Amino acid sequence: MSDTIKITVIDREGVSHELEAPTDMNMNLMEVCKSYELPVKGTCGGMALCSTCHCYVQTEHELPEMSEDEEDMLDQAFFVDDETSRLGCQLPINLELDGLVVKLAPESE
Amino acid sequence: MIETDILIIGAGPCGLFTVFEAGLLKLRCHLVDSLAQPGGQLTEIYPKKPIYDIPGYPEVLAGELVDKLLEQIEPFHPGFTLGERAETIEKMEDGRYKLTTNRGTVHAAPVIAIAGGLGCFEPRKPPIGNITDFEDKGVEYIIKDPELYRDKRVVIAGGGDSALDWTIFLADVAEEVTLVHRRTSFRGALDSVEKVMELNETGKIRLITEAQIVGLNGNGSLHEVVIKHKTAGEMNKETDHFVPLFGLAPKLGPIADWGLNIDKNAIEVDTFDYSTNVEGIYAIGDINTYPGKLKLILCGFHEATLMVQSAFKRIYPDKKLSFKYTTVNGVQGFDN
Ligand SMILES: Cc1cc2nc3c(=O)[nH]c(=O)nc-3n(C[C@H](O)[C@H](O)[C@H](O)COP(=O)(O)OP(=O)(O)OC[C@H]3O[C@@H](n4cnc5c(N)ncnc54)[C@H](O)[C@@H]3O)c2cc1C
Repeated sequence: MSDTIKITVIDREGVSHELEAPTDMNMNLMEVCKSYELPVKGTCGGMALCSTCHCYVQTEHELPEMSEDEEDMLDQAFFVDDETSRLGCQLPINLELDGLVVKLAPESE
Repeated sequence: MIETDILIIGAGPCGLFTVFEAGLLKLRCHLVDSLAQPGGQLTEIYPKKPIYDIPGYPEVLAGELVDKLLEQIEPFHPGFTLGERAETIEKMEDGRYKLTTNRGTVHAAPVIAIAGGLGCFEPRKPPIGNITDFEDKGVEYIIKDPELYRDKRVVIAGGGDSALDWTIFLADVAEEVTLVHRRTSFRGALDSVEKVMELNETGKIRLITEAQIVGLNGNGSLHEVVIKHKTAGEMNKETDHFVPLFGLAPKLGPIADWGLNIDKNAIEVDTFDYSTNVEGIYAIGDINTYPGKLKLILCGFHEATLMVQSAFKRIYPDKKLSFKYTTVNGVQGFDN
């Protein structure tokens, strides 16, 4: 199908999951992870108000710029990597993200 | 001992609305919440966000909805134990439950309604291996009494309003204040940011940006923190206190140990009356689970309404309960 893309999510145990994500459902990466029942809480529902979908982007895809909200939230998060950390909920699924690889950040207490 | 009819754990929207529905049946309620103010997620996470799916309100700010709920339940004079976490539940000889908080406040009621949402909001602890060894021995996640820091050396970490506000406040109290933040910009209120910059320039505090605390050293009590700077590497800094301020996050907490059936951090209930597997203990709102569950405020309100009917029958097994619309008699509150 041309309107789905492939994304690889590496979970906290290091296991890779190949996911197929629709680009026409107005979804973001956090929601895709949840729909595959990966251990992503998404407490705030996708408003960059928690950091339970914090992940490290492993590929060179062009991503949307970080909003102030996202930067602020990453400030409160732990295990943040300045170069690769993002909140999954702020990455809308579109064709450009085909082949994206992300690693879930450790859960903080 | 605080005595009531329905003891509600969690003062989020569902706990608050329970007071209203219980009040219509002349049942009294008391609420316990680990947060210092009522409102649960609405107050703690998104007070300024508009909600669009509360029936009758095309749009309402979360904080406003909490204010309205408080106004609505006021005639029923609910009691509050705020800033305390419900810790243990025991069954007493008379069949009622005794609930004790982490601060030792004791409550008793024939019915417990758990409206604990996603769990108690607790300070987020930075992932520093031995941090728990120094809790209350130099490491505090919440500033309860600023006098503790008088003439002491304090290192604060974080970039939000509480980190900025406490830095400003303690600048006059502590001997030395160091604020460590991961980035160069701050997300707190602009005038607080400016004030912190000014205090730094005048040498009243020390600001270290692009840095994080990565280690703690001490023998019994905290002696120094290890600060890792993005480019300058690690350095040790002697201090009496380390106060990491990284906001709050919900954790299921003690509820997990109360003998209730739990599935994926949520309490299993019977949708007939939202009762749990333990008689007299109910669970409503985000904390419960059943086939088809949706974590919505609207659904929690419905659950609360059906739950108090069952609670009434448990408290007054022999009394008849007649169902009345509020339009018939209006809201008849309690006199005291
Ligand atoms: C960003 C965001 C946006 C949302 N938007 C909407 C929306 O548009 N519409 C909608 O319907 N829903 C929305 N929700 C969901 C909604 O907020 C929840 O469904 C609602 O808050 C659940 O209410 P509650 O009373 O069950 O629990 P909560 O609001 O979570 O309150 C539970 C309270 O219990 C306390 N507690 C827990 N355990 C203990 C204990 N052991 N001792 C003492 N206190 C304890 C907690 O401290 C907390 O204050 C949103 C949620 C978020 C985070």
